[in-house]
Amino acid sequence: MVLTLFLVNWLATAGYYALLATGFSLLFGVARVANFAHTALYMLTGFLVYTFSSILGYGLILSATLAICSVVIVAVGYYMLVINRVKEQPLAVMMVTFALALLIQETLLTIFMASLRGIEPFVVGYLEIGGVRVSYQHVFTIAASAVILFGLIVLLAKTKLGKAIRAVSQDTEIANVMGINVGRILLITTGISAALAGIAAAIILPLFSIEPYMWLSPLIVIIAAVVLGGLGSIKGSIFGALILAFAEVLVITFVPQGGFLRGVASMLALVAVLIFRPEGLFGVAFEEERL
Amino acid sequence: MHKFLLNNFYFFKLNILEIPWRMVLFVCIIFLALIPLVASDYVMRILTFACLFAIFAASWDILGGYMGQLNMGHAAFFGVGAYVSALCNVNLGLSPYISVLIGALFSVFTGLIVCLPALRLRGFYLALVTLAFPVVLNGVVMLFPDLTGGEMGISGLSRLVATPIGNYYVMFITMLISVFTMWKFTDTQSRFIRTGVIMRAIREDEIAARTSGINTILYKVFAFAMSAFFAGLSGAMYAHLIRVAGPSTLTLTLSFNPILWSIFGSISTIYGPVVGVFILHPMVELLRLNVIGEEIRIILQALVLILVLLFMPMGLTTWIRDHIEVTCLRCKVINIFTRKKCRICGASLHLEKGKRPAH
Repeated sequence: MVLTLFLVNWLATAGYYALLATGFSLLFGVARVANFAHTALYMLTGFLVYTFSSILGYGLILSATLAICSVVIVAVGYYMLVINRVKEQPLAVMMVTFALALLIQETLLTIFMASLRGIEPFVVGYLEIGGVRVSYQHVFTIAASAVILFGLIVLLAKTKLGKAIRAVSQDTEIANVMGINVGRILLITTGISAALAGIAAAIILPLFSIEPYMWLSPLIVIIAAVVLGGLGSIKGSIFGALILAFAEVLVITFVPQGGFLRGVASMLALVAVLIFRPEGLFGVAFEEERL
Repeated sequence: MHKFLLNNFYFFKLNILEIPWRMVLFVCIIFLALIPLVASDYVMRILTFACLFAIFAASWDILGGYMGQLNMGHAAFFGVGAYVSALCNVNLGLSPYISVLIGALFSVFTGLIVCLPALRLRGFYLALVTLAFPVVLNGVVMLFPDLTGGEMGISGLSRLVATPIGNYYVMFITMLISVFTMWKFTDTQSRFIRTGVIMRAIREDEIAARTSGINTILYKVFAFAMSAFFAGLSGAMYAHLIRVAGPSTLTLTLSFNPILWSIFGSISTIYGPVVGVFILHPMVELLRLNVIGEEIRIILQALVLILVLLFMPMGLTTWIRDHIEVTCLRCKVINIFTRKKCRICGASLHLEKGKRPAH
C-alpha cells in the first residue's frame, strides 16, 4: 500500500522534474544559457492558466494553450532583446535571467499577492490500486510527461530540426559554416525550452497550489538534476530527475519531519555523485578550451 | 631606509594627487569618514550596511573574479558566520568581538568543506554545485529548531557598539582593513605578495600554472579560506548589527547579490564590487522609501544591470578608469586624462593621426 503510493508519487514528481530539467538542459546545451528564469516561466504559466480559466472563464485546454503560447513569446522576446546582447559573458547571462525571474516574481506578487491559489484538474476522479486511491490527475501527469519526453527525444534524434539543434550544440561555428541558421536555431531552442516549462506547469500544477515564491525550490532541484545527469545531456537530465525525485520522495515518505530535508536529500545525492564522477552521469569529460 | 621606502612604497612619493584613481579613492575615504557629522541616522544605517556588504562582495570577488571559481552559494559562508556568532554570543555569552571572530573561523571551516568538490569541478558544474550548499544549510537549520530557532532565527544578540555612529565607524574601519587586505593579497603588481599573480595565472590556465610548478590545489584552498573568512566576518557582523541571525542569511538572493554588485562594479578588481555596493545598495534602500519604490526596485536594479552590461561590458570602475587615466606609451606611468605629455618622461600621451609614438 505504501509502496503503491510511493511509486505513484515518485513517478509524478520525477515526470515533473524531468520536464523542467530537460528544458533547462536543452537551452544550456545549445545556447550555453543557464536560464535561472526557467522555473519562473513555469510559475508564470501556472498563473496565466489560473487567470484564463478561473478569472476569464475560458475552457481549461484553451487557457493552457494560450498560457503556453504567451510564455513562449515572453521567453523568445527576452532572449532576443536582452540575453542575445550579453551572451559573451556567462556570468552576465546568469544574472540577467535571474533578474527576469525576480521580475516575474515581483509582478505576480503585485497582482496576485502572496496567497495560495489552485488550478482545476484536467480530469476528475480516482481509481483504486491495491486499496490506494490514485487520482486520475496523477495518472495523467505521469502519462503526459512520459509522452512529451518521448516526443522530445524523437524530435531531437529523428527530425531535421533536431539534427540542426544537435549540430549547433556541438559546435556553433562549424554548424554556421555548414549553412545552419544558428540565430534561428537558438530562438527555436529557447521556444522549445519555454514550452517545456509551460507544459510542465499545465500538467503538474493542478496537483499543487500556486503562489509567487514557488519558483525557487524546483529551480535548485532541476539544476541539481541537470548537473547530476551531465550538462547538456537530455537522457542524463531524465535520469537525474528520476534519481532526485526518488531521494526526495523517499525522505518525505519514510523520515519524520522529512519535508524540511527534501532539499538536503537531493543536494547530498548530487554532491555524492559529483565527487565520484565530476562530469555527471552521462556527461562527457572534455578538456576546457584553451585560448 | 629613506631610499628603500621611496623605492618600494608608492605612497611615500606623495604622488597621490597625480594618479587619478588614488585621488578618487582618497576623496571617497575622506568623504565616508566625515559623513557622520552631517548625515541622519537613516543614512548612517544604510551606509553601515553598505560597508558590511562591501566586505561580502569583495570576498566573492576573490573566488569568482581572481580564482575563476564561480561560487553561487556565497550566502553559505555568510550564514555560517551569522549563526555561529549568534550561538556563541547568546548561548555562551561571549563578547561580540570574540564571537564575530569565532563565526569567521567556522566560516573558514565551511569554506574548506565547500572546497572539496571545488577541487574536482570546474566552471558551470562548480557554479551549480555551490548553489546547493546554502540549501543544505537551510535544511539543517530547520531541522534543529531548538538550537537555531527555526524560521524565527536566534534573536537577542548584543550590540557591537551602543550608538549608530559607533557602529558605523566600527564597520567602516573593518571594511577598510578587510578590503585593503583582500586587495593586497590579489594585487598582481605587488612586489612582496605573489598570491595575486599566481591566482590570476591559475584562472587563466590551470594546467599551464601547474606545469610551471605552482601548487594549484594549495592556492585554491587558500583562496576559499580567505574568501570564506571575510564572508563569515561580514555575516557575523550583520547578525550583531540587526541583532537576529535567521534563515534570511541563507537565501538565494543573498548569494546572487555579491555577483550582481561585482559585475556592476567590475569583476576581479576588489575595489569594483565595493563601488558597486556603495552605488546599488543605497539606491535600492532609498527606493524603498516611496510607495512605488518597493515594487519597482527589483525591476530597476535589473534594468541598471542590463544597461551597464550593454554599455560598459567590463563594469563601471574599469570603464571610468579607462576614461580618466592614460598610460604613458613609453614609460608605462599612469597619467590623468587632461595631460598632453607624460608627467615623468615627457612623451606625448595621445597619438596624433599618422604618427607613431616617439621611441
